[in-house]
Amino acid sequence: MSTVTTTREPLIRISKRGGVLPAWKSWGIRLIGLALSLVVCGLLIVALIGINPLKVYGTIIDGALGTSKRTWVTIRDSMTMLCIAVGLAPAFKMRFWNIGAEGQILVGGIATAACMIYLKSLPTFLLLIIMIAVSLLAGAVWGFLPGFFKAKWNTNETLFTLMMNYIALQLTSFFVAKWETPYGSNKVGMINATGHEGWLPNLFSDGFNKDFGWNVVIVLAVTLFMYLYMNKSKHGYEIAVIGDSENTARYAGIRVNKAYVRTIVLSGAICGLAGFIAVSGASHTISTSTAGGRGFTAIIVAWLAQFNSVVMIIFSFLLIILEKGAQAIASQYGLSQEVSEMITGIILFFILGSEFFVNYTLRFRGKKVTK
Amino acid sequence: MKKFLALILTLVMALSLVACGASNDADAEGGDGDAASIKIGYVYIGDENEGYTAAHMDGIHAAMEKLGISKDAIVEYTVIPEDETCYDKCCDLAEAGCNVIFTNSYGHQTYCAQAAAEYPEIQFVSMTGDFAAISGLDNFCNAFPHTYESRYVSGVVAGMKLAELIKDNKIPADGFDKDGNVKIGYVGAFPYAEVKSGYTAFYLGVKSIVENVVMDVQFTNSWFDQTKEGETAKFLMSRGCVIIGQHADSTGAPAAVQEAQNKEGKVAYSVGYNVDMLQVAPTAALTSSQNNWEAYYEYALSKVLAREKIDTNWSEGYAKDAVMISALGESCAEGTQAKVDEVIAGIKDGSVKVFDTANFTVGGKTLESAPVDLSYGSWDSNGNFNEIYHGDTVEAIVDGAFAESVFRSAPYFQLDIDGINLLTNEG
Repeated sequence: MSTVTTTREPLIRISKRGGVLPAWKSWGIRLIGLALSLVVCGLLIVALIGINPLKVYGTIIDGALGTSKRTWVTIRDSMTMLCIAVGLAPAFKMRFWNIGAEGQILVGGIATAACMIYLKSLPTFLLLIIMIAVSLLAGAVWGFLPGFFKAKWNTNETLFTLMMNYIALQLTSFFVAKWETPYGSNKVGMINATGHEGWLPNLFSDGFNKDFGWNVVIVLAVTLFMYLYMNKSKHGYEIAVIGDSENTARYAGIRVNKAYVRTIVLSGAICGLAGFIAVSGASHTISTSTAGGRGFTAIIVAWLAQFNSVVMIIFSFLLIILEKGAQAIASQYGLSQEVSEMITGIILFFILGSEFFVNYTLRFRGKKVTK
Repeated sequence: MKKFLALILTLVMALSLVACGASNDADAEGGDGDAASIKIGYVYIGDENEGYTAAHMDGIHAAMEKLGISKDAIVEYTVIPEDETCYDKCCDLAEAGCNVIFTNSYGHQTYCAQAAAEYPEIQFVSMTGDFAAISGLDNFCNAFPHTYESRYVSGVVAGMKLAELIKDNKIPADGFDKDGNVKIGYVGAFPYAEVKSGYTAFYLGVKSIVENVVMDVQFTNSWFDQTKEGETAKFLMSRGCVIIGQHADSTGAPAAVQEAQNKEGKVAYSVGYNVDMLQVAPTAALTSSQNNWEAYYEYALSKVLAREKIDTNWSEGYAKDAVMISALGESCAEGTQAKVDEVIAGIKDGSVKVFDTANFTVGGKTLESAPVDLSYGSWDSNGNFNEIYHGDTVEAIVDGAFAESVFRSAPYFQLDIDGINLLTNEG
């Protein structure tokens, strides 16, 4: 390496990688990113509390997967996250910025809760089928409105879906006040706590909340469906073309507006189903925090996985394990919740950063380009 | 690339080793016995930055120290919402070998009860909850101090100030209603029994000093909302309220009152809750009503140490030092401390009854009977009650006073007495 150069070449140049990296290389970069993030978190932890960072990583694993109960909770939350991400994927792949998942989850959740409250005399199986149907429908309606307005009057879907979130939030407040138990508490509490009507049952044992097998079955079925829909169907192909270039799609004779509405309805419906999973399969209550920001976090999941439904499974688990682990750190070492959020933030920063290195390469001055 | 692989493999191995190590530690801590081996679990709604939770944390830590329980014997989860997360954490604590598990928010109750049903050998306490006795679970309890007593006393403090302001002619014209009553205000969280009982006690405390007083109550529909509480306080002050009481957990209201005092020279004073408000409102805050949670935790933990059952409904007040008011602010009227001591002594010996029917009317009439249905459930829009747990209906008027927190620990006084105006519907 020369110390003095006469050329005006910059120290570092960033250029897009030609072609697609082989899988082992791109995943290698991501793993290095993850490893580096753990190192930085370790330094932070040492600086803050002066304990062995390896012990802290142990706490992360222990907090997320330490007991069978914790593992099931991690699986349950990962499945909810995955369901939302799978729902968002077709819309985002089409470059339809659906940031309204929060609202779609909430209306799906309201519909589910309403069935649990008003239809609880129905047989379990029928009740669950109705709950799934109405949650899909509610989410679909919440998706249809912005989709229809975009197709018809070319409204901005980002603003539209965002504003639909606030409507859903207000609707939720309304129903919480309507169903509150007891009067005046502004909490719905656990719905059907004694009879468990409309609760998604255990798959591998009797009762409830021991395992979340049905959550897994439903969400994986949706994931598989979405994978096939996106990769093997004509609709999926249309989505990909529209996402790359709307004009190309028009030129190719794709009815773009129809595809917009169809796709956002599907996207909203699956997010509505996530509302069903969240209410019937996990919380058994409805509140304004039922979506809890997951509609936004799922965007990261979908994006990181490049809209590949199967890869989303990995990222859903990664994010939820981090979340649970970070909570465990906060509790075990008496740190405030913000520290766990910092740790999650650092890790996400590096994971997102590694996408940069997957797509771009750095060239240093005076060095031959290495392939 | 091989190097990277090797690095990653090493990392994974290191992680798994540590993970095993960590679980071994946890096993070593388990087991049962006396103060040395007791394990306590706690699920908090907030953390040390939020007054209500901070008071609970201080209380249980102090009680542990007093009973000689090691600081490491408690596992605490903070900022746990009132949903399945609460149930998850309760189960988690149960599986970690805790002997007793507490949750500190009302909305945690149904989730805490669900976990209690699954782990019958572990005692669960839902602080401020209300259905333990009728839930049919032996290992599930509620606790709630006689907060209404300290609210009454804080009302006395406010009443003394009000009397002084009236005597010195310092109350502005808009501080009186058309009948010549002085107006005070109250920032409430939610319109249900816990809050209603609290503000009624506060109002009666003020009224015991200044007879011609009326109170506006505005709800925020949130337990903790700095901005909303501040704005509600401003709204109440704009209506002419001279004293602003509160049943909400932030410092929003006292801070707003202090600001109005500083900037507009407004005649207004604040009575807080949970924490001493003198730091945020040095000249506006008079006092705060507080719960001394340590009294309960000392009781509950000593029961656990003795391998005995904690009372299903625990409720105590000044008699057991379970409630108190914070140090009086510099703006308090002269003679307040003496009056406060006198009232507290009265509460202790039973000569002062907070809800004495001689001191208030409902719909213009003195209350002679107040049946209270202790069932737990919800009301639908047709006015039908959907019962979840059945409780008896009891007569709450005993010896000429409403017997609050006697038939269960959580408050059940929810009558609208004359002199208190609820502003909720007016927005």
